[in-house]
Amino acid sequence: METQFTPLTSLVGGALIGFSAVILMISHGCIAGISGIISRILPPSIDRIELPQSLIFIIGLLLSAPLWFLIQGEIPVQVVSDNYILLGIAGLFVGFGSVLGNGCTSGHGVCGISRISGRSIVATGTFMTTAFVTVLVLRHVVGG
Amino acid sequence: MRILSTLIAGLIFGTGLILSGMVNPLKVQNFLDFFGSWDPSLAFVMGGAILVAMPGFWIVQKRKAPFFSDVFHLPTRTDFDFRLLAGAAIFGVGWGLGGFCPGPALTSLPLVAKGTLIFVPAMLIGMVAAKLTSLISH
Repeated sequence: METQFTPLTSLVGGALIGFSAVILMISHGCIAGISGIISRILPPSIDRIELPQSLIFIIGLLLSAPLWFLIQGEIPVQVVSDNYILLGIAGLFVGFGSVLGNGCTSGHGVCGISRISGRSIVATGTFMTTAFVTVLVLRHVVGG
Repeated sequence: MRILSTLIAGLIFGTGLILSGMVNPLKVQNFLDFFGSWDPSLAFVMGGAILVAMPGFWIVQKRKAPFFSDVFHLPTRTDFDFRLLAGAAIFGVGWGLGGFCPGPALTSLPLVAKGTLIFVPAMLIGMVAAKLTSLISH
């Protein structure tokens, strides 16, 4: 199914993400890496010092869609697959991989590249490549 | 101020994910579908984010310290180890399969799509599992 090409709203949305990363950096001196923010407060090693700030950031994320609805009067557009087994596997891979590789799209893809970190540039190139190949196989080999 | 800055950062981040289309897994997968219904929008998301964060970080780091901490907490490692590459590769497969990465998945929770309600707990289990394996290997 096609989705509309939205260069302007995507650019502005991206700029907001970058702006949020700068806020976190200037106020707390830390990287806006979502997988890190989540995994730090999970067992077996819960970071009690970072726990309050991580939870508050996550609350901010969770309030975004309700706030969007209040201001825009409409629910954000979203088409989520109804293949629940696939989504369960996807979730396991995303969680496991982002913690093993120390970052996801935000930590490596946005913050790491902005810091010109070699590790993040390599990580971003790697996950982009495997993601492209996965969609290629999913849609054109298995589903084609 | 400490708490407010973090809350506002979370809200702006989530709003950016919604406005940019990142919360729509179909749009993410279309970005990754070069040979099908390709939607290049997400390149603009990353471009917009880096366009702001790169000069922003550069200016911020001229300061001795951030507002609410004594030091900047920045990654210092520069080596390319197996965990980085394997982790990124596995993450990419999951991202392609579901069209969700951690930020958009959490932001989508209040929209209560069934797929999101399955993806997020699975993601948390995956994270705990990765923390356990690193605990065992050290």
